[in-house]
Amino acid sequence: MTPEQGTSAPMALDRADVRVKHQTGLGGAVRSFLDRVRSGDLGSLPVVVGLVVIWTVFTSLNPVFVSSSNLVNLLFDCSTVGVIALGIVCVLMVGEIDLSVGSVSGFASAIVGTLWVNQGWPVALAIVAALAFGALIGSLYALLFNRLGMPSFVSTLAGLLAVLGMQLYILGSTGSINLPYGSALVDFGQLMVMPKWVSHTLAAIPGLAMLVSGLRTFARRRAANLSTPSATGLILRVAAITVGLELIVAYLNQSRGIPWMFGLFVGLAAAMNYALTRTKWGRSMTAVGGNREAARRAGIKVRAIYLSAFALCSTFAALGGVLAAARLASASQQAGTGDVNLNAIAAAVIGGTSLFGGRGSAYSALLGIIVIQSIASGLTLLDLSSSLRYMITGAVLAIAVIVDSLARRSRASHGRA
Amino acid sequence: MSESPETSVSVGELVLSLRGISKHFGAVSALTDIDFDVHAGEVVALVGDNGAGKSTLVKILAGVHQPSSGTINFRGSEVTLPDPRAALTLGIATVFQDLALCENLDVVANIFLGNELSPLRLDEVAMEMRAWTLLNELSARIPSVREAVASLSGGQRQTVAIARSLLLEPKLILLDEPTAALGVAQTAEVLNLIDRVRARGLGVVMISHNMEDVRAVADRIVVLRLGRNNGVFDPDASNQDLVSAITGASNNAVSRRAERLRAHRDSADSGQAKEQRQ
Repeated sequence: MTPEQGTSAPMALDRADVRVKHQTGLGGAVRSFLDRVRSGDLGSLPVVVGLVVIWTVFTSLNPVFVSSSNLVNLLFDCSTVGVIALGIVCVLMVGEIDLSVGSVSGFASAIVGTLWVNQGWPVALAIVAALAFGALIGSLYALLFNRLGMPSFVSTLAGLLAVLGMQLYILGSTGSINLPYGSALVDFGQLMVMPKWVSHTLAAIPGLAMLVSGLRTFARRRAANLSTPSATGLILRVAAITVGLELIVAYLNQSRGIPWMFGLFVGLAAAMNYALTRTKWGRSMTAVGGNREAARRAGIKVRAIYLSAFALCSTFAALGGVLAAARLASASQQAGTGDVNLNAIAAAVIGGTSLFGGRGSAYSALLGIIVIQSIASGLTLLDLSSSLRYMITGAVLAIAVIVDSLARRSRASHGRA
Repeated sequence: MSESPETSVSVGELVLSLRGISKHFGAVSALTDIDFDVHAGEVVALVGDNGAGKSTLVKILAGVHQPSSGTINFRGSEVTLPDPRAALTLGIATVFQDLALCENLDVVANIFLGNELSPLRLDEVAMEMRAWTLLNELSARIPSVREAVASLSGGQRQTVAIARSLLLEPKLILLDEPTAALGVAQTAEVLNLIDRVRARGLGVVMISHNMEDVRAVADRIVVLRLGRNNGVFDPDASNQDLVSAITGASNNAVSRRAERLRAHRDSADSGQAKEQRQ
């Protein structure tokens, strides 16, 4: 039962069907990218285009926008809600939603404030307690969803109110707790940036990792008699990414440099991306989001997958809350309220994670939150009121969802998932 | 698929034995008191009209539904199938009528869904190779295993679903309408495949509405009607017997009228047409 391979001509195993057009070489890579975009498989193209437009507009209105110091502040602000958006990507992947991430983040900051400042716990222990609480809340949603069939939309909406109530309760009459300046946590959220050599080294890592894994795959595919992707394309991509990242880092290093907090966020996004694309768990998440019954019949423990998605989302929300408390040096009644919830969800959707489940990427949280925070930062620089900021952010979210829906329709008519 | 027939079941041994299986959905009895046997190296065709309970029976064996009563014996011991994973672990693979594929995943991911190689660092190259091997065994016409299943035609999806069922070296394969969406050549390939699977000593249960396909490969034909056993036939049984058992028409006004008309036709006369109009 060996595969029927070409007798003498070394025909690659996956190139035997003569009816299929295969794009080869560099030109082919570009052409197949254009084909994908035309059929509605947009990937992160809309967000990149959107980002260019937003930055151009704000820079023309106020040149300070693209100054190195403003962008460093932008990265500090991105990290807190960005971590929450990472969790939202998890629940959106399985086709569910968590509307309570803002409240959970606010309650987590309240826990840290109370336990650490008021009760005198070690700060690490207080953070662990906050994260554990997040995981607990997520597990509760999963329990309601798996056992009682409660739609996540409703259970998390109930959670939004209940957790907000708990936050107000433990903050009590004082209403806010100031975290001590000079402590490691507050420094991490406000001051700590990477030394120049560290940031330049880290910026070289993505390119190197791509190169190593790309060459390894190249060798293995050739040994296995499968077609190999264009090597020139790989090298060009690696070069572009490395040069691009190094230039960005060099520019940001002109002022304070890259925040460690942003480094943590990017590290988490990279870890989540690996987990979602290269592990069995990630494959199961995508399958459950795409076709729940098919996943069940393939033997996947669907309930466990939902549990992991909800628990991870709330844990990320709690971590985002801790980072936000560090950023503001306080745990207040306002923490996690207002637009935190919708900014996190909007970031994931704008970045290209589908609301319909089964499609998404951890990097969509990264790209999306940069868009959201760019709008916020730009409007703040223009001295516009928050009323206008809400309206514009709302419009951007609506556009993102429209693009998602249209792309989905186009994919369906072009025979892509 | 390894070359060596690693199955420990000797040919002819009873692989699967159902006794008194019933399944109720609320007030509806989908299955009543079904007895069903499959031996190793045997192809059993399961036929019946729409609503006869064929797919329900297959879903019970796949662990999708649980029987309301009755016992399932698999390879000599009584088993329960609380979920699809249990059935897969025992060695019962199923190709469902609706195929149960994830359209947003590519062909390789669908074939290996739930059984990925090296869970913490997916071995895409090995999985893609194995996928091509399985698909080539089925003489599949799949343009690319890296395309999402959404871009495949019905027949191509069928082939992917069958390839997936073979991945785990099952002891018993359940095929729910395996040839319904296939072209002439692919139908022949699937029937060839069923022959090959039988030759390796596996039990095969095949649901089909196509009597030609059923006769081509089946060793026994089990008829269900309205959720009950309605006879077991050899593949050389007459079409009339089979159709009667399927429709339940062997013993009623419709069948008697059909027989009378046939008798008239045999004595072919010019006055026959007038007689039939009466």
